[in-house]
Amino acid sequence: MRRLSHALLKLQAYFQSHFSGTAMTPSHLRPLDLYRRMLLIRQFELRAINERKSGLIPGFIHACIGQEATAVGACAALRQEDVIASTHRGHGHLIAKGGEPKYMMAELAARSDGYCGGKGGSLHMTDFDLGILGANGIVAGGIPMAVGAALAFQMRKEPRVALAFFGDGAVNEGAFHEAANLAGLWTLPMIFFCENNLYGEGTPQHKQAPVPDLAVRAAGYGFPGVIVDGNDVLAVFEATQQAVERARAGGGPTFVEGKTYRHRGHYEGDPMVYRTREELEFWKQRDPLTRFRHHLLDAGLATAAELDAIAAAITQELDEAVAFATASPAPAPASALAGVYGETHGGRVF
Amino acid sequence: MCEEMRRDPSVFLIGEDVGVFDGVFGVSAGMLAEFGAERVRDTPISEMAIVGGALGAALMGMRPIAEIMFADFVTCAMDQVVNQAAKARYMSGGKANVPLTLRIVNGAPGSAAAQHSQSPEAWFMNVPGLKIAIPATPYDAKGLLKTAIRGEDPVLFFEHKMLYAVKGEAPEGEYTIPFGQAAIRRQGTDATVIAIGGALPVVEQAAQQLERAGISVEVIDPRTLVPLDTETLIKSVQKTHRAVIVHEAHRRAGPGAEIAALLAEEAIGYLDAPILRVAAKNVPFPYNPDLERFILPSVEDVVAAVKGVTQYRL
Repeated sequence: MRRLSHALLKLQAYFQSHFSGTAMTPSHLRPLDLYRRMLLIRQFELRAINERKSGLIPGFIHACIGQEATAVGACAALRQEDVIASTHRGHGHLIAKGGEPKYMMAELAARSDGYCGGKGGSLHMTDFDLGILGANGIVAGGIPMAVGAALAFQMRKEPRVALAFFGDGAVNEGAFHEAANLAGLWTLPMIFFCENNLYGEGTPQHKQAPVPDLAVRAAGYGFPGVIVDGNDVLAVFEATQQAVERARAGGGPTFVEGKTYRHRGHYEGDPMVYRTREELEFWKQRDPLTRFRHHLLDAGLATAAELDAIAAAITQELDEAVAFATASPAPAPASALAGVYGETHGGRVF
Repeated sequence: MCEEMRRDPSVFLIGEDVGVFDGVFGVSAGMLAEFGAERVRDTPISEMAIVGGALGAALMGMRPIAEIMFADFVTCAMDQVVNQAAKARYMSGGKANVPLTLRIVNGAPGSAAAQHSQSPEAWFMNVPGLKIAIPATPYDAKGLLKTAIRGEDPVLFFEHKMLYAVKGEAPEGEYTIPFGQAAIRRQGTDATVIAIGGALPVVEQAAQQLERAGISVEVIDPRTLVPLDTETLIKSVQKTHRAVIVHEAHRRAGPGAEIAALLAEEAIGYLDAPILRVAAKNVPFPYNPDLERFILPSVEDVVAAVKGVTQYRL
């Protein structure tokens, strides 16, 4: 615990001073829906991890378990026509933006009914129709695209915003800095949402960046950076909503840093030699789902029976998703050659 | 560009110094005045943000033209070109549309030295998902650019900096040139010379010299490298039985390597001589003009190569 130190102690103090007892519910928010989405993300990933072990899923998985509040809280502040760019840890973003578990499970299973016809897998699972510019196998790779989407909205005078999710590792990539500079320079309707889970793969944040708070980087690009408790879905929602309102009103980008933590390894199978059991336990005590459940019950916004019913419905939905994926045919080998180009010039390119 | 921007409000130009400066080679002269700073958009020196930004806008239905001032600088945007733009459609199961044109200025000479002279087309031929246009005449530049802008896929559009000075017919008004159709620049019977982009003027001079020496050269300009019009190349080789490929990209694994391999696979039976490549020597571009001339493919090199294949005896 002593090694965790600086960032965490600061964070603990931050929790105490800023967030104890402040979680008011914005009136137009449906708390139970937020809860359902968070739980769906959690259960979807746990099921996917199991199905990977059972052999249904051939590829690797980067689970976002522990980070459900950032995905759900941020996307709750968006409209359907707004777009997001996601990351390698993107299952939560897809569900939060409206993704359906059966097409996701089929994609993880590399089947033809998956969101990408079995060509994307976990790292690239997306549905452009839901306003998702892609998950991304390249750290920070999606941020410039989100800036481009925001540019398109600004040029066409559409009241839409683009939100790029990225992790704490991404702010050390050039793509982040170039994108942030452009977004700040052109006052684009853009939200830079940093899910700071304190680790870039296996290296802790304090060994990757000389500052504990990454939101300070926004200052160099002329827009505000705010820090929220990323394990408090309502706090995430409120911070993102303010950023979205600002962007929609022409006020330009905001950097929102949600302090959070992933409970699983960088990928499934990661031996996790880089962190202590105590640290993991510290964060499990701050599990966003448990916290929100308690909040809902304490505030009288839901009964235990209602929440249990939500859990049961999710279990059934995931049973169906696994059945759907299992029954979905494998893509025909020749389909590998299709879909590289929109126009094939008489078959000269596939 | 102007015609396309007048025709379609979703087309815009984005890049370093494309507006007030008119582009460092003057390509966008007058465009800022006509279309305004929204659509002729000067950027910071940020190739990754330029390409990534253009890509994001393209995914949202715009038709951006992004300019990369020197081809050498595209390296700063490689992730966005290679991992993002090229693969967005495929990874998404065909859902993403990527109407993105990257205008990239390539080529020597001019004592621009090692980081402002390269012709990196072949790097991108190895990346499925990209298309590569490389016009050699003003007429083709216009027609191919329109096809690129109106298309649904990312196109790397290489403009050789020495070709900007070439005068030629480029009529006002509407015409497009389809991708994957080579142009036969000169009919001939003794050898096929495939001239890529900025190599065309060199090859044409060589062909004239060779004609005076009694050797009839067929000059073919592929116009696009991806897709590549292999039919026209093979048909020509069927007639001439000899092939020489000329380009300014470096020789090792340049575009000529791919074309030579295709001809070897599909037309070896027609060939009476080895396929030769005339290309930049495998060194970085030097600053000194004499050194630069020494490593670039010259008229004499092309003449020698053609004589080599025509005099070759099995």
